Amino acid sequence: MKFLHLVWAGLKRKKLRTVLTFLSVMVAFMLFAFLGSIKAAFTGGVELAGQDRLMLRHKISFIMTLPQSYYARIKGMEGVKAVCHNTWFGGVYQDKPENMIFTCPVVPEDLFEMFPEFIIKPEEKQAFQNTRIGAIVGRKSAARFGWKIGDRIPLKSAIWGQPSGMEQWEFEIVGIYDGAKKATDTTGFYFRYDYFEEARQRDKGMVGWYSIKISDPDRAAEIAAKIDDEFANSPYETKTEAEAAFVQGFANQIGDIGAITMAVVGAVFFTILIVAGNTMGQSVRERTEELGVLKAIGFTNSRVLILVLLESCLLAILGGFAGLGLAWLIVETMEPPQMLPTVYMPKPTLVAGALFALALGVVAGIIPAWQAMRLQIAEALRRGG
Amino acid sequence: MSDSRKTLVQIDRVTRTFMRGSEKIEVLAGLDLEVKEAEFLALMGPSGSGKSTLLNLIGGLDRPSSGSVQIGADRVDQLSDTQLAHWRARHIGFVFQFYNLLPALTAERNVELPLLLTHLSKADRRKHVASALDAVGLSHRVKAFPRTLSGGEQQRVGIARAIVTDPTVLLCDEPTGDLDRKSGDEILTLLQSLNKDHGKTIIMVTHDPHASARATRTVHLDKGQLSDKPVD
Amino acid sequence: MSTFRQIIAVALFNLRSIPERLGSALTAAIGIAGVVGVLVGVLAIAEGFRASLVNSASPEVAIVLREGAENEMASGLARDVTRMIADAPGIARNASGALASAELFVIINLPKRSTNTDANVPLRGIQQTAYDVRGNIKIEQGRPFEPGKNEVIVGAGAVRSFAGLDLGSEVKMGQVTWKVVGVFSAAGGVAESEIWADADVLAPAYNRSDGFQSVAVRLESKDKFQEFEDALTADPRLTVKTQLQADFYAEQSKMMTTFITTIGFFIASLMAVGALFGALNTMYSAVAGRTREISTLRALGFGRGPVVVSILVESVVLSLAGGAIGALAAYLLFDGYRASTMNFSSFSQVTFAFSVTPMLLLMAIMFATLIGLVGGILPAIRAARLPIASGLRES
Repeated sequence: MKFLHLVWAGLKRKKLRTVLTFLSVMVAFMLFAFLGSIKAAFTGGVELAGQDRLMLRHKISFIMTLPQSYYARIKGMEGVKAVCHNTWFGGVYQDKPENMIFTCPVVPEDLFEMFPEFIIKPEEKQAFQNTRIGAIVGRKSAARFGWKIGDRIPLKSAIWGQPSGMEQWEFEIVGIYDGAKKATDTTGFYFRYDYFEEARQRDKGMVGWYSIKISDPDRAAEIAAKIDDEFANSPYETKTEAEAAFVQGFANQIGDIGAITMAVVGAVFFTILIVAGNTMGQSVRERTEELGVLKAIGFTNSRVLILVLLESCLLAILGGFAGLGLAWLIVETMEPPQMLPTVYMPKPTLVAGALFALALGVVAGIIPAWQAMRLQIAEALRRGG
Repeated sequence: MSDSRKTLVQIDRVTRTFMRGSEKIEVLAGLDLEVKEAEFLALMGPSGSGKSTLLNLIGGLDRPSSGSVQIGADRVDQLSDTQLAHWRARHIGFVFQFYNLLPALTAERNVELPLLLTHLSKADRRKHVASALDAVGLSHRVKAFPRTLSGGEQQRVGIARAIVTDPTVLLCDEPTGDLDRKSGDEILTLLQSLNKDHGKTIIMVTHDPHASARATRTVHLDKGQLSDKPVD
Repeated sequence: MSTFRQIIAVALFNLRSIPERLGSALTAAIGIAGVVGVLVGVLAIAEGFRASLVNSASPEVAIVLREGAENEMASGLARDVTRMIADAPGIARNASGALASAELFVIINLPKRSTNTDANVPLRGIQQTAYDVRGNIKIEQGRPFEPGKNEVIVGAGAVRSFAGLDLGSEVKMGQVTWKVVGVFSAAGGVAESEIWADADVLAPAYNRSDGFQSVAVRLESKDKFQEFEDALTADPRLTVKTQLQADFYAEQSKMMTTFITTIGFFIASLMAVGALFGALNTMYSAVAGRTREISTLRALGFGRGPVVVSILVESVVLSLAGGAIGALAAYLLFDGYRASTMNFSSFSQVTFAFSVTPMLLLMAIMFATLIGLVGGILPAIRAARLPIASGLRES
């Protein structure tokens, strides 16, 4: 565009002011991006939840256990492809509460069939099936503690006490799994149910919750209802729902993260809008003569409007993209806080950010641009002489 | 003196009235003026006599309250704002008292401005800019910013910008008003040469007799009326 | 004219000219108001969360769990163990015996009113001594439940946040239906997020007939804690962990409080940097727009120092104004706002209120002042270094 240098010249007029405004916009968009990442960390599980997976838990409360015997009954039901039970173990490493890991005893074949998003080498899969005290660890937890394949790791359980005959629960790491997607949780520690069942000293035969894979995602509600019917009026009633619904509910418990995020982002954007708008306004006011000259030369009113708008948008987009990019870089390279297993920059946040940057440019520049458009040439030039 | 040259500017019974608050001020009160091709006309008059207003009307920067302004074949007083903008780009070149260069652009970029409104290619634009700057004797300073140029040099850039599209009329509003005698004379010499050697039609507003001496014709404006005689 | 009076004179001059530059001045003030408002809001969450957990703790109440248990859910104390604990020295006593309550802690799923999805609500099985142990329980509506019956009382916070707990409603757990017969308050503390029932009736419903999870005791006086703890540690039959209620709560809330505070400060810092750029912008503009005035003052004899200080004064005044607006807005909007979130230690809900304390407001004001100072110092120095002669010529 041949007019680009003209737009750029407008920004270069007062370099310091342009730079400071650019930095303000950049910071605002960094904040926007970070908040988007935090929100995604809390609620992102919803999008990742398997479309064809259900969660089954004790009807009264998630913390109550269910009989392992339900496994066979669920598997035999129509529409059910696979079943995997999980139990909350509460593993703690080196007896430090901050070293709590999501630990879960499972039946290896069931785990791999239920969660294809866990990527693991075939020989490590085999090792897991062959080693009684074997365990597979997610890449993130392995990196956090510096564990490698072959390491002997002892863990204490916050809930299950000591295993029979031992001080602590002993495991051998036989595999490390990665996530199929950026946001897949790789903080888990999975070991074998048979070892767990044999060594635990109470509640034998009970498990925590069931993951269920169904043949037809569209029939999720129907199949869930049928499963709950099967166990209604028994000593252990169940509640089955789509995995996404369960994850959403869990996130909602943390709080209306969405609303708080929106509120903060709204406040930030409103503030930055005022700052940018004022900058543009000042800039145009100072250039009354120059704009008059452009019009005298033959630039139409609408052309002048567009020039001012372009200037505002260019500044906003440069600042916005810089902020989004910088935030992305930080999120990719930094350690996330302990409470959030996966922190990443979701694409929708980046896209929304780009659009907001453009919108910011337009809204901040519209009034000054309008004023520039309506400038009377004779008035504008009169000031010079 | 019989004149076979074409009439370029025709102004008939033009009035221009301004409202200041509730007061009506008649700056131009029924003016007639004819300017021929290749004339170098000086418009003189005391401060407030309406010289700049008349210049603005000729240049399509303003519209008369009544009467007609015709430049070439165009009735300028009847064009819309947008039409006027397009018309000005093709037909008028302005030279201002305070140069009015864009400070963030180099000399050559300043001169290029009117060409951005044409469909010329980048290469063609560059050629025109180079020759315009050469015509005013500033080929060695094309990449300089206005703040590094002297007053006289800045005005020359202004003139280069005004002639780069080869306009029909050059309108100058007190072009030497902010310059010292020596620089002012250089500018006037330049304008004269554009008029004599290149046949450019120039209308110049000035209060300086030295400047008007260089013109081919002088008219005087007083209380909104034109005459050939100076005002005492 | 003395330096001090020069400063006052120039500062007043600067401030009086603000109405001419209203646009920029308002921008800077609003920018800072925004930063302060958000900072106070987010920190009010952390403060409120902490307050609900810690402020309601009594220095005369102690909690006993099984040794090594991170929280009540992970703990298990057999019935006879709880009796042994109740016999320990240092416990206050009344006519019916030791003020010790053996308790059960479980979770029930109920829909959260704000999102309509299920949340984990804490359900506590108590003994009749629980009221006197805690000392700050008041029945606001209805009556306490009768022991032996399927009746519950609910905390004021729980009733507000979760559906289905209003006085008179029925809560179904498995085969059993419980009736809500009362609503209680607990001086704004954690207990208000809970539902209380008779431990002996609750245990079988949750398959826990083998015992309790914690014992809450009221000490004779706060100095008796050490004696109490030592007695339990010395007893070979017991492997327990004893804490003052305040310490117990602090430990429980640590993760969440740290998280919120960290995020809050992170957001606020980022916003502060942004506001700083905005303030710099404003002040540089202010200086640039008044070059001639400043040069005139200097030509008249005003010294460099007073010029610098006066610009700083202007910057600080603008920032303070913005900070005050932001703090006031935050107070009006946020103080007392009720919310609930998850206590990551027990995976159950804790209700709390945003708390805008005077300390917080003070911090906010100081923050704003700091931004004003930092944002004004460079422009002030630039103003003072303007060469007088060229400054006079500028239009």
